[in-house]
Amino acid sequence: MKSVLLAIGFGAVALTSLSGIVRAAGEVNLYSYRQPFLIKPMLAQFTKQSGIKVNIVYAKKGMLERIKAEGESTPADAVLTTDVGRLSDMVDAGVLAPVKSTILDAAVPAQYRHPDGLWFAQTTRARILFASKERVKPGEVTSYEDLADPKMKGRICIRSGKHLYNISLLASMIAHKGEAGAEKWLRGLKANLARRPQGNDRAQARAVYEGVCDIGIANTYYMGKMETNEKKPEQKKWAASVNILFPNQGDRGTHVNISGAAVLKFSKNKENAVKLLEYLVSDSAQKIYAEQNFEYPVNASVPISPIVKAWGSFKADNINLALVSKYRAQAAKMVDRVGFDQ
Amino acid sequence: MRSAGAAILGFTNRLYRQLDGWTLIALLIALLVAVPLLAVLWLAFSPSGDIWSHLASTVLPHYISTSLLLMLGVGIGVSLIGTGTAWLTTTYQFPGVRVFEWALLLPLAVPAYIIAYIYTDILEYAGPVQGALRDLMGWKSAKDYWFPEIRSLGGAIIMMVLTLYPYVYLLARSSFLEQSTAVLEAGRVLGRGPWRSFVELALPLARPAIVVGVSLALMETLNDFGTVDFFAVQTFTAGIYDVWLNMNNIAGAAQLAIVMMLFVFALIAIERLARKGRRFDSVTGRTGSHRQQLMGWQGLVALGICLVPVLLGFVIPALVLLKHSINFYELSFEAGFLTHAWHSLLISTIVALVSVALGLLLAYGVRLSGTNLMKSASRLASIGYAVPGSVLAVGILIPLTSLDHGLNSLSKDLFGFGTGLLLSGTMFALVYGYTTRFMALSHGSVEAGLARITPNMEGAARSLGATRGQTLRRIHLPLLRGSLLTAALIVFVDSMKELPMTMLLRPFNFETLATHAHQYASDELFEEAALGSLAIVLAGIIPVILLSRAIAGRGKESQS
Amino acid sequence: MTALAYRDIVHGFDGRPVLDGVSLQVRQGEFVCLLGPSGCGKTTLLRLAAGLEIVQSGSISLDEHVVASKQLHVPPEQRSIGLMFQDYALFPHLTVMENILFGLGQGERSAINKGRAIWARNMLARFGLTKLADHYPGTLSGGEQQRVALLRALAPNPPVLLLDEPFSSLDAARRIEMREETAKLIREAGTSAIMVTHDGEEAMFMADRIKVMNKGRIVQSGKPEDIYLKPKSAFVASLFGHANRFCETVNKGYVQTPLGRFKAGDLSEGATACVFIRPEGVIPFEGDEETGEARNAEVVSSHYLGIASHVHLRGKSLVDGASITFHAQRSGRYLPRIGSRTNYRVDPAHVFVFGKEDGGEQE
Repeated sequence: MKSVLLAIGFGAVALTSLSGIVRAAGEVNLYSYRQPFLIKPMLAQFTKQSGIKVNIVYAKKGMLERIKAEGESTPADAVLTTDVGRLSDMVDAGVLAPVKSTILDAAVPAQYRHPDGLWFAQTTRARILFASKERVKPGEVTSYEDLADPKMKGRICIRSGKHLYNISLLASMIAHKGEAGAEKWLRGLKANLARRPQGNDRAQARAVYEGVCDIGIANTYYMGKMETNEKKPEQKKWAASVNILFPNQGDRGTHVNISGAAVLKFSKNKENAVKLLEYLVSDSAQKIYAEQNFEYPVNASVPISPIVKAWGSFKADNINLALVSKYRAQAAKMVDRVGFDQ
Repeated sequence: MRSAGAAILGFTNRLYRQLDGWTLIALLIALLVAVPLLAVLWLAFSPSGDIWSHLASTVLPHYISTSLLLMLGVGIGVSLIGTGTAWLTTTYQFPGVRVFEWALLLPLAVPAYIIAYIYTDILEYAGPVQGALRDLMGWKSAKDYWFPEIRSLGGAIIMMVLTLYPYVYLLARSSFLEQSTAVLEAGRVLGRGPWRSFVELALPLARPAIVVGVSLALMETLNDFGTVDFFAVQTFTAGIYDVWLNMNNIAGAAQLAIVMMLFVFALIAIERLARKGRRFDSVTGRTGSHRQQLMGWQGLVALGICLVPVLLGFVIPALVLLKHSINFYELSFEAGFLTHAWHSLLISTIVALVSVALGLLLAYGVRLSGTNLMKSASRLASIGYAVPGSVLAVGILIPLTSLDHGLNSLSKDLFGFGTGLLLSGTMFALVYGYTTRFMALSHGSVEAGLARITPNMEGAARSLGATRGQTLRRIHLPLLRGSLLTAALIVFVDSMKELPMTMLLRPFNFETLATHAHQYASDELFEEAALGSLAIVLAGIIPVILLSRAIAGRGKESQS
Repeated sequence: MTALAYRDIVHGFDGRPVLDGVSLQVRQGEFVCLLGPSGCGKTTLLRLAAGLEIVQSGSISLDEHVVASKQLHVPPEQRSIGLMFQDYALFPHLTVMENILFGLGQGERSAINKGRAIWARNMLARFGLTKLADHYPGTLSGGEQQRVALLRALAPNPPVLLLDEPFSSLDAARRIEMREETAKLIREAGTSAIMVTHDGEEAMFMADRIKVMNKGRIVQSGKPEDIYLKPKSAFVASLFGHANRFCETVNKGYVQTPLGRFKAGDLSEGATACVFIRPEGVIPFEGDEETGEARNAEVVSSHYLGIASHVHLRGKSLVDGASITFHAQRSGRYLPRIGSRTNYRVDPAHVFVFGKEDGGEQE
């Protein structure tokens, strides 16, 4: 009995010391909503350039709760997100530190950073339409609003209405058209769906390719990933079957979202964290974002990838993203009310 | 008439005597495991706005009905397959039965969401099955024919049944092995055919074990998010995550999780009530049992029944994973892959040992004290399994960081420097989290094993001079060997698969096979995820075979 | 010297009373039987002494030392009490020899333990079990298991041995054989013993003293022949087999029953008295004159039981002449033709008169 307790106690000590907290100088600790395999090339280059080691925890659900619970003892210095909503939540929770950096201010346009420097975008991605080359006539669909038109009945595919990207799109609709207008639109869209919302963004291109529907709603970079997929050449066929349509070019512009980064209030390595943020908007990092992930770099001096360029330039919706993310909870409830996913 | 004072004195006196070392340890363990659940309860008490009226008027009925249908489907599926195959492999002799004895356990090692990806790939429009059908029938597009939608409630039920039936198989089989053949023979003599003996005698006798297996499967069904999310099936758990992450309302999410726990609690209570007064423990072994030879087509039918779940739940997925692993080897076999595998093995082994040790101490402590308070405490400790992993992970974070903050400020006061976070964000947090989650598995298995040992056995040992510790060591441990092994290995296999808690609670740069596979799978890069998944499955095979050996060994022992 | 003493034990489970103020002493070397129906609390008494139940009220002492009371609970392993279970509770994972030596603890090399190990081997040899020493209990017959359980309980040489219905799972022939062996072994060992049983005959065979228990109380205690011949209540009388039973009103110090008139003892006038007449108290005989028509009955059935024959008779009630049936017994083989008539007489030694409050009511 005693020996069991002793063993447990010993084990506990061994465990805590085994993976003790990383807090040496010359390091920066990152909480990331982005998959490590997507950002590793960049981080490796950052370490090479600056000599600062980057440690990562990748998680999606509960990251904010972890930061809040850890409070001032948190070992983390910075966070990476794939959506403005998470950044807004962190602003509201008061866990972010304001950053004053001329490099960041110069590289990131004002609408893509927090006014007090609480967060900075690295890239933007547009929520666009995959339109069947065969079955969608030019000019037939030009806006998000067109998707709710009864003439599109049974022709549209989309992933779950509860996905971050769709919640964000719907929140922007609420911001522009008010709650009633947005709900009317969502009901119209729901009525036009060819199938129950499912799959990811790529799966919508595939559905168009397979003839399940004529139009899919997706983020831009998925197109690039499909077009260049040597390992799974069938994805090239999916990409080849669709045109990219940028909605609402005649009025407010296409809805865009950002991937962003922020420094945490209780960071112990703030200097290194700011260096990391600055690196992420530097030419070399932005080039990786552009060429490997097919996103739109926020740094205007970095060219977009030739593949992305081929889709054409577009006008982005310039509405304040922080404002949009205020409507997220409302949007999520609207998805429930409409029974969008059912 | 005794005065109230005397009554209270009597009560405290009894309490004092019950609070001996063993009871205290058991109580402590129950508390340790219950703390994260209490933290979730605590979260649920913060204001949650109008979330309930919103949910009730919109999606809640749908969540509830979907979850109930899912549970019903999975419950029926795992009961039929698990019990049926267990009965066939214990009672009959047919081709391959020796292999099926352990092979039927293999699907346990395959994560349900992985199987979901695999079958979606195979069965959806562009997959080989529909492709071949189109070529064969000359259909041109999806509009020309009907094919069952794999991404549906039905699909989710099938996927979960395929990976969860081994729980029922495992428990039903050891129960069948322990049943006295005399009872079944009595049934035969009294005019019951083999089928009716099974239905009227073997099945009711095995009912407690089957119920435990089914309830484990259902708890895992309830806490699953990966599969239902992928199949776009809106269950209660999907609702919890939606309220939490999209509506940014963790209090509401915690309330939903508590409701779900209460629901599971109620289900278990109803079953116990229905069983009340009937005890099924038999200590006699399966003496002189001979497997009955199944001839000709009967043998083939039995073979088929056992083959299908193994084929669908293990062989096909493993082959697909193997194919992708080979094709995408250089992408997914990154530098740290072996380290990830080492992490998985290390943590799963530690968790298996810790949760079995704690499960044993808890179950034994409850047995010794026998009070209703202790029994309820141990039930509560086992309910964590039904809570969605990420929610439970937050329940781990809160108490651990609170403890850390306390230690930190204490250290600052005493020594002038802070200790930072000693526990949270370490392997300790992971072990604690996993143990909380899998306590139901280890405690349930040990408890069932203990229940089969007549209390007279320990009475005999005690009256012969053995202390309670010695009795545990010399009598219970050897008799529980099978149950303990079962518990350890189930926990090991489940720990290998564990994802949501690992994601949130892990230290920096800490990957397991499951998280490694998940970072790709979460981007629907299924092929890149295959290697990690295959490694999980392979790591699961060895314990599964060991486990089966141990169970078969136990059967033989009681025959001797 | 008192080997084991219970004082005022009151005990219950979940508010249901099981023992209601039991006191009893077992003297050194004495063999006491607790006799009573199932559920009367006998087994609980044993478990309390062994320390497997915690005393709620009252106290228990071993060798004049209190081991259990409201304030004190000496754990079972420190009491040196032997306990033999109804289901034997042999350890299935240990061999016969390992089972027997279990109670000798770890220090098997010590001189005492060595001595006991030799004793165990001798005992196995005596029971003809030597070749089973390395077998597991699962392979043993019921009688063999019973012997192993007894040897296991006796191996540590406990001053007190408790036996819980030790013969209940044996067949009749084996039971009688085992009774003798067990009684002999225990007396040889000089161990004080309490045995629980519901079989009156078994208690009479084994015990120095019998304690009759009913509903959590000891209702009568004494030597076997006292219990048998002088039962204080209908309940005690009925423990030794089925009896003829008649309840009537006391009239002038007597009770008139269908089988005759008996002294009402100290029962008051007008009270209801119940008369028990054991079958062996109703003796059929051939012959005539003195009993006359009234003591004559018709044979309904008859059974030869070896030592005696049991006869079922139908006759006229001596109260009102109505037709009644009753049980009679005669030693040896006695099988009259069914329907034939026989005379009978009643032996007052087997007639017991109880007031209604003494349990004259049917159980």
